[in-house]
Amino acid sequence: MACYLTTGKHMSIYTSVLTVLLLLGITAPIALAFGFGGATAARSQIAPLRWFGKAYIAIVRGVPDIAFFLFFVIALDQAVEYLRHKVLCPDWEGPIRQGNDFVVCQAAKMPLGNAPQWVHESYGFGLAVLTFAIVFGAFAANVLFGAMRAVPRAQLETAEAYGMSQHQTFWRILVPQMWVYALPGLSNLWMVLIKATPLLFLLGVEDIVYWARELGGTKTPRFTDYPHGDWRMWYFLALLVFYLLFTRVSEIVLARIMSRLTHGQATAGGEAQRKATA
Amino acid sequence: MSCFQTIQDYGLRAIGIGERLLPREDFTLCHQFTLIGSGMIWNIYFGLLALTLGFFLATALAMGKASSRTLFRKPSEWFIFLFRGSPLFIQFFFAYFLFLNLKSVHPFFEPFTAAWLGALVVLFFNTAAYSAEIFYGALLSIPKGDIEAADAYGLSGWSRFTRVIWPTMLRLAWPGYTNEAIFLFHATALVFFSGFPAWQQRGDALYYASYFADKTFNPFVPYPILAFYFILLTLIVIAVFGFVNKRLNRHLPQNTRQKIRLRPNLIR
Amino acid sequence: MKNLILTTAVLALSAGMVMADGHGKTIRLGTEGAYPPYNFLNDAGEVAGFERELGDELCKRAELTCEWVTNEWDSIIPNLVSGNYDVIIAGMSITDERDEVIDFTQNYTLPDPSAYIATSEDADLTGGVVAAQTNTIQAAFIAEGGATLVEFATPEETIAAVKNGEADAVLADKAFLLPIAEADADLVLLEQEELIGGGIGLGLRESDAELKEKFNAAITTMKEDGSLNELLTKWEIFGQF
Repeated sequence: MACYLTTGKHMSIYTSVLTVLLLLGITAPIALAFGFGGATAARSQIAPLRWFGKAYIAIVRGVPDIAFFLFFVIALDQAVEYLRHKVLCPDWEGPIRQGNDFVVCQAAKMPLGNAPQWVHESYGFGLAVLTFAIVFGAFAANVLFGAMRAVPRAQLETAEAYGMSQHQTFWRILVPQMWVYALPGLSNLWMVLIKATPLLFLLGVEDIVYWARELGGTKTPRFTDYPHGDWRMWYFLALLVFYLLFTRVSEIVLARIMSRLTHGQATAGGEAQRKATA
Repeated sequence: MSCFQTIQDYGLRAIGIGERLLPREDFTLCHQFTLIGSGMIWNIYFGLLALTLGFFLATALAMGKASSRTLFRKPSEWFIFLFRGSPLFIQFFFAYFLFLNLKSVHPFFEPFTAAWLGALVVLFFNTAAYSAEIFYGALLSIPKGDIEAADAYGLSGWSRFTRVIWPTMLRLAWPGYTNEAIFLFHATALVFFSGFPAWQQRGDALYYASYFADKTFNPFVPYPILAFYFILLTLIVIAVFGFVNKRLNRHLPQNTRQKIRLRPNLIR
Repeated sequence: MKNLILTTAVLALSAGMVMADGHGKTIRLGTEGAYPPYNFLNDAGEVAGFERELGDELCKRAELTCEWVTNEWDSIIPNLVSGNYDVIIAGMSITDERDEVIDFTQNYTLPDPSAYIATSEDADLTGGVVAAQTNTIQAAFIAEGGATLVEFATPEETIAAVKNGEADAVLADKAFLLPIAEADADLVLLEQEELIGGGIGLGLRESDAELKEKFNAAITTMKEDGSLNELLTKWEIFGQF
């Protein structure tokens, strides 16, 4: 039994747990940054920027994430290589699209053709992070856009009355206050992000669900030292427990942050907190 | 073959009407649009029914979670936690497995292993759990004055619920609920992708999109078509829910009416 | 998508770890890793099977440095043409529609007949329910026949469907079904076989004619000295050259 649980394949599933956690950890701040950019663009004074922000939010949110993942990574990869190709090989003669093939010069390959495996893996991981961040950035943008509008107008007007410039009002008044309005939406987004990780294998990252399927599937004696029947059920049960625990822990942590943020805010929650301590 | 002919042949292919065989060569844009559109029938079917059924269960669950009786509260809390805490992917897997086993116990469960019912049940429970959480949040933020006023008018029990609490709860929850509806429609794409088998090549939009991607080896046409359909669907959902929102808020003075703000309170 | 993370699959061939300075870049071999005996992941999580041994031998003969990557079956061709690996070696039958998009080397197996597996000898193959993996040549074959087709996302689920009675039989490559029928007393391999698809070859980009020739030459030498036949026998794959 102990031997079975420590085969190389099982080691892979343990590593994939770390991979997933790492991905979540990296994606969250990047998605938030995208969201912030998107929301700021969507309420910009400059019309093209505003259109861009709104279109980004509407289009990416309108499409099921799974459909997006199925073609977007390849497109992203080709875009990166296309740009590098244009910069690095200006005197390349052949066409880039040869029939069905997408051909760029060797120097433009990402990563380079002779790069070791771990570089390929990290690059794939990076693309997955970026794709996740773009999708969830759109949702975050939507949340932040709402939150910025939820900050009471009086607060902003007061800032203007104090002679703050628009820039100052934005950074000193609006941004610090919007978080408390954004947090419920953002925490849900985080929950959603956790639950989107089974789709990672579409992006070429072998996640826990991929390994659970691989390990749980029926194994015939010819191809393994540990033949067994269809054990997917048990592996998925373990995954279920993992996800439920992770959700629970996230809920507790987010509740803490919320009570921190509400502190001293002009909202019902802040009022209740003030009364409780008074 | 004209595009009109194609629509006649394949427009209802997803529910088994029309040509028996899927197109196997010369994939035109018309083919792809028609078949993927035909698959949307399933997405709409799952989304609409799960949403309608889930609405009622969600109300019950929200009331249960807000109840002071442990007997009602605990099961509701656990139901909501279980379905909100796990990926839909895994829910589909377990549901299919469960229905298969139940089937051998009693023939009543026979149809549950087919997507049209089995997946519907999962989506129904799933959306009920998510909506219940939204409704619960709204329930807690009903102004105290409203309930006191109802008491003062001598309303109690059922009539207090249907006339005061329920409408107010809906009004408050509506923006969040709109988002849930959008996400439910997106979630329907997972049905044939991971959970349930497709019979006789009748599948949803994603099933046909991946069919074309597989046959043409070019993902850049079918998936954007799929995306186009879903954006369209999302716009329709937003429009319908916006209309309902207007009705829910029609008694309020013009300037305090709550605009439907797509601020996702709860999303999948 | 520079696919994937085969945690393990870095493999430097007999040429040694010397990073192929002489003859350029590393050739990346893309496979699925879920289709025994052709390719699967062994207990250590590494690519193994008939194609692993074949691929390693071919690279040695062609004097190439190769490494292995795994990729989902559904996107295995798009990722090849987009340049994320250079060769598909994944039990892929040579078909006309695939040949329009990519190039194949000569076949390294004879056409493998597809076979049915069922719980009893008298399963109804013409009017009953037959399971197959989504988007395979077998699925297309059943769709055209009289039986009711039911498609599952993975081969694993098709077998499960027969065992629990959802389907009467599964249609899949014989080499894939054989070890399953041997290991499971409830399942029998039916006598009826279908010849669909051609032999299996390596898939390459159409613009990679030079690489294709190298592999073609290597396959020819393996056919001539009988080492290919040895491998086929070892992995119990139908047919000899």
